[in-house]
Amino acid sequence: MKKFEILVSPASCLDRDDIDTDQIIPARFLRTTERTGLGKNLFEDWRFDGSGNPKPDFVLNRPGTADAHVLIGGRNFGCGSSREHAVWSLMDFGVWVVIARSFADIFKKNSLRNGLLPIPVDAANHAACLEAAEAGARFRIDLQAQTVTAAGVSFGFDVDPFARTCLLDGVDDLEYILKHDDRIAEFEKQHS
Amino acid sequence: MATVKPRTLYDKIWDSHVVVEASGTPSILYIDLHLIHEVTTPQAFTGLRKRGIGVRRPGRTVATADHVTPTISRNVADAGPMAVQQIGQLETNCKEFGIRLYGMGHERRGIVHVIGPALGLTQPGLTIVCGDSHTSTHGAFGALAFGIGTTEVEHVLATQCLLEHKSLNFGVDFDGNLRPGVTAKDMILKLISEIGVAGGTGHVFEFMGTGIDALDMDGRMTICNMSIEAGARAGLIAPDDTTYGYMSGRDFAPSGADWDAAMERWSALHSDPDANYDRTVTIDTGSLQPMISFGTNPAMCAEIGTRVPDPEGISDPAERAQMVAALKYMGLTPGERLLDQQVDVVFIGSCTNSRITDLRAAASIFRDRKVRDGVRALIVPGSQQIRAQAESEGLHKVFTDAGAQWRESGCSMCIGMNGDRLDPGQRSVSTSNRNFEGRQGQNGRTMLASPLTAAAAAITGKVSDPRTLLEN
Repeated sequence: MKKFEILVSPASCLDRDDIDTDQIIPARFLRTTERTGLGKNLFEDWRFDGSGNPKPDFVLNRPGTADAHVLIGGRNFGCGSSREHAVWSLMDFGVWVVIARSFADIFKKNSLRNGLLPIPVDAANHAACLEAAEAGARFRIDLQAQTVTAAGVSFGFDVDPFARTCLLDGVDDLEYILKHDDRIAEFEKQHS
Repeated sequence: MATVKPRTLYDKIWDSHVVVEASGTPSILYIDLHLIHEVTTPQAFTGLRKRGIGVRRPGRTVATADHVTPTISRNVADAGPMAVQQIGQLETNCKEFGIRLYGMGHERRGIVHVIGPALGLTQPGLTIVCGDSHTSTHGAFGALAFGIGTTEVEHVLATQCLLEHKSLNFGVDFDGNLRPGVTAKDMILKLISEIGVAGGTGHVFEFMGTGIDALDMDGRMTICNMSIEAGARAGLIAPDDTTYGYMSGRDFAPSGADWDAAMERWSALHSDPDANYDRTVTIDTGSLQPMISFGTNPAMCAEIGTRVPDPEGISDPAERAQMVAALKYMGLTPGERLLDQQVDVVFIGSCTNSRITDLRAAASIFRDRKVRDGVRALIVPGSQQIRAQAESEGLHKVFTDAGAQWRESGCSMCIGMNGDRLDPGQRSVSTSNRNFEGRQGQNGRTMLASPLTAAAAAITGKVSDPRTLLEN
């Protein structure tokens, strides 16, 4: 997993509640057997019309979006299907941080397992983030300090301490489970 | 004397599966049963090969093919080359790692959450995971069952364990008995409409009450299945005689002395009388009406006899905007009746509602009637075993005589990966679990309902109260 330390980047605003993973990556793109290459279909049906032409009013079709590694969503971001393809698709597109009012449980876990940082934010800071992002501000995300700063924005955020350590060190948590092999074997012996 | 803290059913299953617990880190939780399918696992096996590690307990993983399989035939090529590749990779992975596969052509193949219980693999007290959010279905047997991502599929394959934080307890009391024509699907849609699509986030539901006690296992599975649609990690129902009656004699259920020993363990699987729930809600099941969704998430649903809500009545601006967008997408106008909306397609199937009692319920409406001209009605059984059982009962004749299509089993139009899908602008009444934009096909419009309500829509060509078609 890629190390996450400090990210400085503009942000895109997709301020809708309950953005489900079927919107992030529609099911017809899940017939792949790879983790890569899904960015081109991120938000496919919101980004493109039925003929494959970009919808100009959709935020990720605006000029400069490719430089924005932060996405700001609404409440319950990533609800619905457990498809990890949603996270792979966001990361392949270049989204490394999602700031949202709240996250669905499985999406949050999938994000942290891949190095995408989900940042939950309260209403006041959410409004400030949207305003700053619309004004083109650069966001500074510091995972070590657990802070977000931009023009008119400054707040600390919560992240699971174990996941934070994994992200900062770029360590996969499978390694952590594997280290407890003897305990797993003991459990299996007791329960066989 | 030290008092023992009263525990919920979830607490008990959790406690008995913790391998390592340490402060500041998630617990290492042992997984008894791992179900896999073709869509969310190829990358996990690739990960194992890259690391050069094997599957720790191949006997604890069971595979099937369901998401991309065709329903018009048993030939996977009919679902296209990507389906062929994905199914082929599943077959290769299962062979290489020694995993039992209910693959194409197998008489027990079917939707993963249908075959697990039907085979007797799903048992009370187990921890069960699958790379699929509707894994919560298995909670109907008093198993702790939840959906995971592909990285976690790899973790389970490699270690038979997961890193998990414990969720909170959410008690849901369904109080009262259902009236005729109202079903388990209406119960769970009602709950989701009350608490919202994020109402259960961070929690595990325990469903209880007289409304649950009276349900058969198929109905209980329908309810647990949609736990995730309220954002919950899982949904549980304590096992009882209904549970044991369903399990007895199934392929992988214990028998003889093993059954007796299991019954002794299972009988302890209920919440203690004074157990603490972090949240509770009561749903009056006795007054419940048939429910149908009108919007683009499962919380946007209402009693079938009501009208499309007016967004102007919503005070929260974000919620109001969401409702305006949803009604626009669905082609519905505030204030118009939900009844009589024109319907193009009816889909009866999915891990929510494709079991034998669902098919029998639908058949009770289709019998001696015809599907309305211009309506396409798909009946997709949850497994090949259910398909065979339905045929032995003559249900397939009821459907085909009415003009509905009788298909091979699979996820089909719930997710639209296999070619079964809505055309743009088409409206369906569907027994599946998600009405998200595009879920059943780009720009398709899904209205979620029970098998009875879906069957009624097929006959009348419009949204209809099934009670008007049921025999008294």
